[in-house]
Amino acid sequence: MSATMTAAAPTSEPQIRVELRSNPLLLAGVREMVSSVAKRLGFTDEACGQIALAVDEALCNVIRHGYQRAVDRPIWLSVFALGGVWTAAGAAAGTTQMQDERPDALKIVIEDEARQVDPEQIRSRDLEEIRPGGLGVHIIKTVMDEAVYERRPGQGMRLTMVKKRNSATTAAGAKMSGGGGCCGGSGGGQANCDTRTTPGSEKSHG
Amino acid sequence: MADLRGRSGSEALQVKSELRDGAAIVRPIGDVDLTGSPTLKMEIRKVATGSVKLLIIDLGGVSYMDSSGVATLVEAMQLARRGQMKLVLCSLQPKVKSIFEIARLDTVFTIVDTVETALTR
Repeated sequence: MSATMTAAAPTSEPQIRVELRSNPLLLAGVREMVSSVAKRLGFTDEACGQIALAVDEALCNVIRHGYQRAVDRPIWLSVFALGGVWTAAGAAAGTTQMQDERPDALKIVIEDEARQVDPEQIRSRDLEEIRPGGLGVHIIKTVMDEAVYERRPGQGMRLTMVKKRNSATTAAGAKMSGGGGCCGGSGGGQANCDTRTTPGSEKSHG
Repeated sequence: MADLRGRSGSEALQVKSELRDGAAIVRPIGDVDLTGSPTLKMEIRKVATGSVKLLIIDLGGVSYMDSSGVATLVEAMQLARRGQMKLVLCSLQPKVKSIFEIARLDTVFTIVDTVETALTR
């Protein structure tokens, strides 16, 4: 795993960019990293847990469905702090001390080189149906404020997720929102399917 | 270079089980994620035999669970139904309970606070 970290990068560049292999053994470390960074940026413990969960679910989907559980394929995780003194404006102003202007939101981008699928097919499934699997996309879209899938130019897929620091997304809120077969949260309002498998394919988890 | 070696607080999932008063109690300890879920699934299948009428999964030692863990427990519920067993989950930590709420499964499973309460079900 390799990474670069800068404290005052331009807004178009991530504060963190990590390349990791599609090995499930790395998931715990990545969860800890994103949770720790979010905590330092002022997110609540609950929000940190939600961000870590969303990243975990997204990586699991890449590993299981994108790379068919191959453990040696590349995944890139980028973290952007939106707003606050970590922006280019703060750096250009010659800020030498961290002010209490913490970033407003965290944007996390996960990219891979897996086979491309129609982003419209990456949806949550009907939760009324009690069966194993198919919850990953629902969880991501419930706990994050935005979650958008797209094809990368050339090859692979990209998931962009945003969590606002003053986000109201909670587990209790998830029960209140996203009724019926629709996923909760934002990011497309898609429903009734899951992850990166083609419709009708079988999954045992997630 | 970000070196995550030694930073992970989670060890490989350990799963212990015991038989008590005709109930099988399964105790996973650690993170029930994509790596740990197969271990939990194997142990549940091992203990959920015909002689067991009550299957208790004590989640007090689980601080993190993702959708693969939830899927494993949904499979356990299906296994219990087929074997005419009761399945009870107990001692859920708040973070773990929240994923059941997100998946809207908190009312589908029987969830109680303690193993002792679970044994009365």
